[in-house]
Amino acid sequence: MSDLKKIKDEFLSKLRSKLDLSEVNKIKSDLFSKNGLITNQFKKIGSIPESERKKYATDLNAIKDELQDLITLKLNEIETLEVNEKLQNEKVDVTLPERPIARGKIHPVSQTIDEISSIFSEIGFSVEEGPDVENEYNNFTALNTPEHHPARDMHDTFYLDEKKQKLLRTHTSPVQIRTMLKDKPPFKIIAPGRTYRSDSDQTHSPMFHQVEGLHIDKNINMGDLKGCLNYFIKEFFEVDKIKMRFRPSHFPFTEPSAEVDIGYKIKDGKIIIGEGDQWLEILGCGMVHPNVLKNVKVDPNKFQGYAFGIGIDRLAMLKYGINDLRAFFECDYRWLNHFGFDPLDVPTNYRGLSR
Amino acid sequence: MKITFDWLKDHLKTSFKEKNLLEQLTNIGLEVESVENLSVENELFKVAKIIKTEKHPNADRLKICEVNVGEKDLKKVVCGAENAKEGLITIYAPPGAIIPKTKTKLVAAKIRGVTSHGMLCSESELNLSDESDGIIELSKTQYDKNIGKSYYTKSKSKSNLIDLSITPNRPDCLGVRGIARDLAASGFGKIKDFKEKKIKSKIKQTLKVKIKKEKGQGCVTFGSCLITNVKNTESPQWLKDKLISVGQKPISAIVDITNYIMLDINRPLHAYDANKIEKGIVVRNSKSGEEFTALDNKNYKLENGMCVISDNKGVLGLGGIIGGTRSGTEFDTKNILLESAYFEPKSIRKTARKLNLDTDAKFRFERGIDPLSIEDGLNKAASLIKQICGGEVSKIDIQKIENFKTKIIKFDPNLFEKVSGFKISIKKMIKILEDLGFKLKKEKKYLKLIVPSWRPDISLAIDVVEELVRINGYDQIKIIEPGKERYKPTLNKSQKLFHFLQRAVATKGYFETITWSFTDPKYNNMFREKKKEIKIVNPISTEVGVLRNSIFSNLIFHMHKNLNRDIKDLSLFEIGPIFNGSNPGEQETVLGGLRSGKISRLSWIENDRNVDIFDVKKDIIQTLIEAGYQRSKINIDDITPNYYHPGKSGRIFLNKDKDKVVGYFGEIHPNVIKKIDIKTEALVGFEIFVDNLKIPKKLLKDQKNVFKVSDFQKSERDFAFIIDKNFKSQELIEIISSVNPELISNVDIFDVYEGENIPNNKKSIAINISIQSLEKPLKDEDLEKVNSLIIDTIEKKTGAKIRS
Repeated sequence: MSDLKKIKDEFLSKLRSKLDLSEVNKIKSDLFSKNGLITNQFKKIGSIPESERKKYATDLNAIKDELQDLITLKLNEIETLEVNEKLQNEKVDVTLPERPIARGKIHPVSQTIDEISSIFSEIGFSVEEGPDVENEYNNFTALNTPEHHPARDMHDTFYLDEKKQKLLRTHTSPVQIRTMLKDKPPFKIIAPGRTYRSDSDQTHSPMFHQVEGLHIDKNINMGDLKGCLNYFIKEFFEVDKIKMRFRPSHFPFTEPSAEVDIGYKIKDGKIIIGEGDQWLEILGCGMVHPNVLKNVKVDPNKFQGYAFGIGIDRLAMLKYGINDLRAFFECDYRWLNHFGFDPLDVPTNYRGLSR
Repeated sequence: MKITFDWLKDHLKTSFKEKNLLEQLTNIGLEVESVENLSVENELFKVAKIIKTEKHPNADRLKICEVNVGEKDLKKVVCGAENAKEGLITIYAPPGAIIPKTKTKLVAAKIRGVTSHGMLCSESELNLSDESDGIIELSKTQYDKNIGKSYYTKSKSKSNLIDLSITPNRPDCLGVRGIARDLAASGFGKIKDFKEKKIKSKIKQTLKVKIKKEKGQGCVTFGSCLITNVKNTESPQWLKDKLISVGQKPISAIVDITNYIMLDINRPLHAYDANKIEKGIVVRNSKSGEEFTALDNKNYKLENGMCVISDNKGVLGLGGIIGGTRSGTEFDTKNILLESAYFEPKSIRKTARKLNLDTDAKFRFERGIDPLSIEDGLNKAASLIKQICGGEVSKIDIQKIENFKTKIIKFDPNLFEKVSGFKISIKKMIKILEDLGFKLKKEKKYLKLIVPSWRPDISLAIDVVEELVRINGYDQIKIIEPGKERYKPTLNKSQKLFHFLQRAVATKGYFETITWSFTDPKYNNMFREKKKEIKIVNPISTEVGVLRNSIFSNLIFHMHKNLNRDIKDLSLFEIGPIFNGSNPGEQETVLGGLRSGKISRLSWIENDRNVDIFDVKKDIIQTLIEAGYQRSKINIDDITPNYYHPGKSGRIFLNKDKDKVVGYFGEIHPNVIKKIDIKTEALVGFEIFVDNLKIPKKLLKDQKNVFKVSDFQKSERDFAFIIDKNFKSQELIEIISSVNPELISNVDIFDVYEGENIPNNKKSIAINISIQSLEKPLKDEDLEKVNSLIIDTIEKKTGAKIRS
């Protein structure tokens, strides 16, 4: 009995001191080799009196487990220590630059189009497209803008033939015509795309982007128009409150027609949407003119609804603080890098338009 | 349209302040574009006389003028105008004045070494007209006594100049009275009665006027009266003030009166010197080749069918557009013929467009003048002329070839709510419409409306709705929250693909660009191949004179510009339309990408290398795979357009049938790079023809194939073959895979070698092949069998030899 206790105490204290690998291995063999102290104690079990044998065996096993565990622990400790020492010598300067990152960008106009589509998707609109080259009929005549109408002056048109029959669309409104000729009502579409006017100066680009909206059904009225745009502007600028003003205007293809201004103020050189008492015109809209509906074989006595056209580049400029329209198309990599978006930032409803 | 509050009050009795009216104007669709305060500052602009001019010592074009501005000393002013000469009376702006056009404050500054104390102004600088050639020349007789006095008189200098943007449908609001009428209808005052006293005269209008009845006659009615023995003079102060207050320049009483009436009630008039008209007036179509000199001092050559006012000697003027110098009034004019006519908007527009002419009269007639204002205009003008210039007025003569037809609209009041979404009482509707000048009668549930003659824009019931909503105020429209019903998915499959490709390419390090759809023909031709060049008839410049036939023309232009900005390694792409013809629909969507320079330039860890064909091949293939196309089906050959390097470019199909090219990739042809003079180590690119991408058969929403993998031992074997140099590795891999598709699970090429120990026209290809069965562990003899079958098949099918 005292033998066991002695072995235990002696080796426990040995194992508690600082040891190297060979010392631990020596202890291990002293205890557990063929003639090791513990091994020998086990050999003795047979000679222990019957009455004490059970207790003796139990005690011996407990001591054996305790010592063995401690040795394993000690060995692991030493091993980790040694590996770490070796790895320390492989140390690199972790502040050296990483391998080159290839990071592309999405153009702000594309991002804005995705944002717009995402917002209108929420209220059931689908996206339609039309060609950039249009005929005179779809771009003007079908939209209740006959030849010799003064409104044509407001569109400085690029023509592709001397007879002025083929042109680059001056607005996205011809997509209304194409959509309504192709399908049957109800219509609930937006049509973003490139548009062209032969205007080129500091604030005009001969190519720009518009999004057309069209909602035709049996009872769509000006209240729906106001509600739709109110919703859109709020969502787009990601503000809780907006100030919006509908102002009568004139477009040949809508009657009544309106222009919409939003309230803003300039604070610290930045434009703040939804506050202040300055007004900024951002879109044109109205109830689709009955003549337009007739032109696309939709009965204006049964169907009515609204249309709107918004300048996409302008929206992007307002939202993202870009002040030069021409720069959108100049492709300066520094500009693209500065105003562009990470391709993984896909505007969605559930994740939000922007981070 | 420029107005002042004072002028407005000639027609509108109102207790509202100017500020309230301004707001209301915008609310009813007469948008206030700007309000300019013409107060104190404008008193600084003085009538001045040039006393002496001499050449500027340091500039050929400049003069130094000594100017009398009514002070003791003459002012030294440097001036570049050609017409600046001794004795000229003009307008002087002292340092401190704010130039209306540029809104800049003038300071005394040295101009080429000589200090200029102020400036002599042109009409355009004072916003009096667009005339910027030379400085203003004021009439000596009128202004000699005013030197040193303010050009703008006090009475007017207090009012604001209000600039309204009048939409093309509202010609009636091109006269102050029309604006007043709209304001009154919207409850902001009362319109004053206006009934011009009729001319009571027994004198006959003796100058014969005839409207020729011919096809396309642009003149419907021609009213005139003759005023004899007038003394044309300068206008009285009130009239001058009025015109100056809205930025017009007074000329002479007769011209000023006609201008005043045009601005006041939108009734353009024209005054002829009656003595210069030979034997009466004929309104007719012009004949090709006829010529005349117009009041803008330009000579116009006419085509057939333009509406001209003529006499026995030829063309006097273009009806409703511009008069001619031959019959113009001057200060010594004794007898005048006043014209008040109605011209067809279409005819006006056609003529003006052909001659590229824009005048105040044209602007008004093409929008539609009130056909019933002819006599009012003549009465008002004649009585003013008589009052100011004296003379005897004749009876009014009216010639017409057609009677004016009043428009009648049957209006269902319910339409208002149906369109606007809110309700107003019929009583209110009637009040508004009457205030706007409609005559109306109730007919059962309808209102029978007679449209006022000054409203050419109103012809349908919906136009009446607009009037009612407009005058009521758009703020009355209630917001209806948008419903969510949907008829179609937001994006169709090809739109989804578009957006996917756009972002997939951007994730590979490319910056997205958006460039114009038109391009420089020089660049376009480098990428045009056999496509038709599509010219724009009226481009903004020849450098963007054609629609692009390729996505590369603009992209490479901007790549070049960026490389000149001192960036070396750049990837750009654009996705957008290219054009194959000039008809609608002859376009397709293409995604093009370009990469320049090196990979790992100045890297401490990697060796740098030029970008090459296999970089862009990876970009395009990975993009296609991400978009849902299987790599194993993609087929590549080396037939490419000539703007690619002929030996280092490839063409991509989605299958072996090669029905539609979905893309190209490779190095840009060195000649193209040379032609554009691009300085870079390497330029590679790719194109994806988006419209040729069939929507993948297997969609994400479809169930996936059964999940099958093998846990049996995989064996790998390496082979090296000596094979014809031109033999395509793609085919080699196909042959190997087809030897035993069940067992050969993967084929990798790990080395390609040409040179020493290999015959000239051969190459060595080293291949690693993985062999694995889904069903059982393979024994050595199974593997041997596959190995020898691979070698046999390759040797037989390709003429290759296994390297030992």
